[in-house]
Amino acid sequence: MMHFEFQVEGGNFTKAGAASSQLKKILKQLNVDPKIVKRIVVALYEAEVNIVAHAYKGDIIIDIDTQKIGIKLIDEGPGIPDIEQAMQLGYSTASPSVREMGFGAGMGLPNIKNNSDELRITSEVNKGTIVELITYLNQ
Amino acid sequence: MKIKEVVALLDAKVVAGHAYLESEVEYCFSSDLMSDVLTVETDNLMLLTGLANLQTIRTSEMSDITKIIFVRKKKATDEMIQLAAENDIILIECDYSMFKTSGLLYSAGLKPVY
Repeated sequence: MMHFEFQVEGGNFTKAGAASSQLKKILKQLNVDPKIVKRIVVALYEAEVNIVAHAYKGDIIIDIDTQKIGIKLIDEGPGIPDIEQAMQLGYSTASPSVREMGFGAGMGLPNIKNNSDELRITSEVNKGTIVELITYLNQ
Repeated sequence: MKIKEVVALLDAKVVAGHAYLESEVEYCFSSDLMSDVLTVETDNLMLLTGLANLQTIRTSEMSDITKIIFVRKKKATDEMIQLAAENDIILIECDYSMFKTSGLLYSAGLKPVY
């Protein structure tokens, strides 16, 4: 059982992806199948970019055991008023500066869903959002 | 197709990953939208993009893309070159438009992902 925690700064696109990059290195060292590594880090990167794009700050908590990888992203931010709407392909509230970075096309949450085995999103408006991802290693 | 052949065909400049000029590329994807790049599952992919920032490199790192061509005279910054080097990514700068670059590479035999 391994446990990692990372902090994410809202609005700082220079550092966006640093946690995902760290996790990728860890998973490679653990000899996880490269296809599974790609699914996990793409999902985490999308979620990490979401914190940078929308929230003030956030924490990423990762737990790895022999069966699965659980990732929890907890942010302080505006929250998501309608999660079902946010999950729809093409729906986005991203700012022009986020779009300039190559994101904000309303594809992030659907792509996170495609790249994880279990996804749970809970949110409170004006407080923040919690995204929980689980990926199984032996599938 | 070898990367050195790509560079010659496009009259382009390698700014990072000079050690990988002999490596082969089979598939190419042209996009300025990193969200689209993150949905591509193909391996051994080269990215053609006019989006030159750190997130282009990060997106490639996460997507296992090790070859990036910046089109439309976009330049890689020192930070981008450093991040690319850390991740064994080749960076190439090309003065041609996305359309012309894509057309030349397609005609030379590179395959689309869909």
